[in-house]
Amino acid sequence: MRNPGGKLLLEVRGLTTSVSGVEILKGIDLAVREGEVHAIMGPNGSGKSTLAKALAGHPAYKVTGGEARLDGQDLFALAPEERARAGLFLGFQYPVEVPGVTNASFLRLAYNTVQGARGKDELDPLEFDDFVREKLKLLDINPAFLDRSVNDGFSGGEKKRNEILQMALLEPRLAVLDETDSGLDIDALRVVANGVNSLHAPDRAIVLVTHYQRLLNYITPDYVHVMAGGRIIKTGDKSLALELESRGYDWLLESGRAVAA
Amino acid sequence: MTESAAKSYAAALLPGTLPAGPNAWLNRLRAAALERANALAVPTTRDEDWRFTDLSPLYKTAYQPATFPTEMPREAIERLFVPEATSRLVYVDGHYVPEMSMTGDDGISVGTVVDSVRGAPGIAEGHIARLVGVEQDPFAAVNTAYLQHGAVVAVPRDHQASRPVQLLFVSTQPERASYPRVLVVVERGAELSFIEDYVSLAGGAYFVNGVTEIAVGENASVRHVRVQRDSEQSFHIATCGVSLARDARYASQNICFGARISRLSHNVRQEGEGTDCKLDGLALVAGRQLADTHSSIDHAQPNGRSRQLHKCIVDGAAHAVFNGRIVVRRGAQRTDSAQSSRNLLLTGKAHVDTKPQLEILADDVKCAHGATVGQLDPDHVFYLRSRGLSEAAARNLLTYAFAAEIVDRIPIASLRERLEELVTRRTQAKV
Ligand SMILES: Nc1ncnc2c1ncn2[C@@H]1O[C@H](COP(=O)(O)OP(=O)(O)O)[C@@H](O)[C@H]1O
Ligand SMILES: [Mg+2]
Repeated sequence: MRNPGGKLLLEVRGLTTSVSGVEILKGIDLAVREGEVHAIMGPNGSGKSTLAKALAGHPAYKVTGGEARLDGQDLFALAPEERARAGLFLGFQYPVEVPGVTNASFLRLAYNTVQGARGKDELDPLEFDDFVREKLKLLDINPAFLDRSVNDGFSGGEKKRNEILQMALLEPRLAVLDETDSGLDIDALRVVANGVNSLHAPDRAIVLVTHYQRLLNYITPDYVHVMAGGRIIKTGDKSLALELESRGYDWLLESGRAVAA
Repeated sequence: MTESAAKSYAAALLPGTLPAGPNAWLNRLRAAALERANALAVPTTRDEDWRFTDLSPLYKTAYQPATFPTEMPREAIERLFVPEATSRLVYVDGHYVPEMSMTGDDGISVGTVVDSVRGAPGIAEGHIARLVGVEQDPFAAVNTAYLQHGAVVAVPRDHQASRPVQLLFVSTQPERASYPRVLVVVERGAELSFIEDYVSLAGGAYFVNGVTEIAVGENASVRHVRVQRDSEQSFHIATCGVSLARDARYASQNICFGARISRLSHNVRQEGEGTDCKLDGLALVAGRQLADTHSSIDHAQPNGRSRQLHKCIVDGAAHAVFNGRIVVRRGAQRTDSAQSSRNLLLTGKAHVDTKPQLEILADDVKCAHGATVGQLDPDHVFYLRSRGLSEAAARNLLTYAFAAEIVDRIPIASLRERLEELVTRRTQAKV
């Protein structure tokens, strides 16, 4: 639900970011309030993942200007792990494989670290096992998952489910999901959508980076932003996503250029 | 070091004459070894095989054999026991300790060279010094000159040993030398798992000079776990020779936590058709340690298969060396061999020299090999940090994971778990 009077959860102003010395983000403004769902769409290479990684603090993505606040805290003053503990979650477009670390031990370590930082109780391996199995059921994930190495040899869909599982465990205030829907069959898409919908709560918010309107059949965004060339060139409601679906991006890019000129 | 000093170091490790023992064959073997040791120069970095491993710190001291320890650290030693094993030989500072050993009857013969091994007479005489000769190798010659209570494990034809055998070599006295010796003979169709564990309990500078020989009979199978965890001031030089008869299978995990300078020469010869050899190695070194693994897999017959994964984790200003020689002889058609060397450098001062050495003389063969040297992947570190792990925790976990790929292959659960702990401790040293 749009929540114009609600508390600002994420506020980005004039964010510029460069990668390998090339400026990719050229001034992003974005305000996400508690309870809201935002979708960020846009053609390949427009800077969507760069925005997500800059917010999460990937060291290769250098913030060159602007600011971002999470719950009023200066995000860029925090290390990536501090951002995670403060309630930011990034669902990766390409989750990395970590052979040799079992999913179960990784998930428990992450969970306990974040819980500890929030002053909550940590779980021992047995307690955690019960807890995680509940979540697996909800997300329709095979428990064999737990004994495998993190993402190692996982199919694309399994990796994305694992991202959603991590999100479900860490219960972030703000989840930024970078193309968590791409490459999924319809069942996996439903699982991902359920995971997202079950996280959705009045004191949380979700930013979905997506290519397709498909996911938005399951999750209704309050705002749809279109990114191109490192900027948000248009913001609308979910009808904008439908329009993009039928008309593509070109009309927007052209009008954007006309405006710029 | 000067030529003459290199010439006399092996001799300086030995007495002028050896006391005669009860076995004439052994006396002869030892006398011949003594003669070779006196004649051979120890290696220097001018020898191609020792190019990266400068032993001159060792050559400063002619370590003499330890006496039987006056105080036996029984409890500390017992903590090293692997509960799965029903046969165990314990050596402390090179001395056989029968009270702590156990030659349980699992249908296999376990004993020492000088005592005739129950159930397997003539085994030692028939096999020893065949796979690791004394002619060219001064360290093996010194070891053989001292040979007496070396461990002998013999598995008779078609017998499948259900429990692993543990051979435990403990060092407690600094400034001394010990000469561990192992002979494993597994007859046709038989199976064995065994552990060679070299541990320091007291630290200090000392010298371990070991020789292991493993003869795997036709269609027999050996699983070999070697663990080496000496003190940071010590020297450990060992040679392990393995022969594989037709359709024999040999799989080993060699886990090396190093010494000041450690060197393992692991040489496998496929002498029959259709053999299968797996060599997994992990060297984990820090500080100013140097760990050198030289392996050789010699495919002398057709249809052989070999798989090798060697990993080094190098921290501090340490140095790891891996030289993986793969030989495919002219007649060894349809050999299928793959070798991978993967190296993780944790600091800018850490250093690795890795080199495949392929000598392929047959034409119908598959030989894959590859080597990587690198740091932790920043994307991996970031992924873990984005889930709340501190940078140090993320790096530790990834370093551990790198090692775990090898440790996880150890077929003996309790040992695997202990090594997981040890690796965890090593990879977390810097939090
Ligand atoms: N790690 C990187 N190194 C170099 N260039 C990058 C990197 N990440 C992104 N870029 C570049 O930044 C631009 C935006 O990419 P990205 O943020 O991945 O776009 P999107 O997610 O919208 O497809 C592209 O031109 C891409 O090539
Ligand atoms: Mg992207």
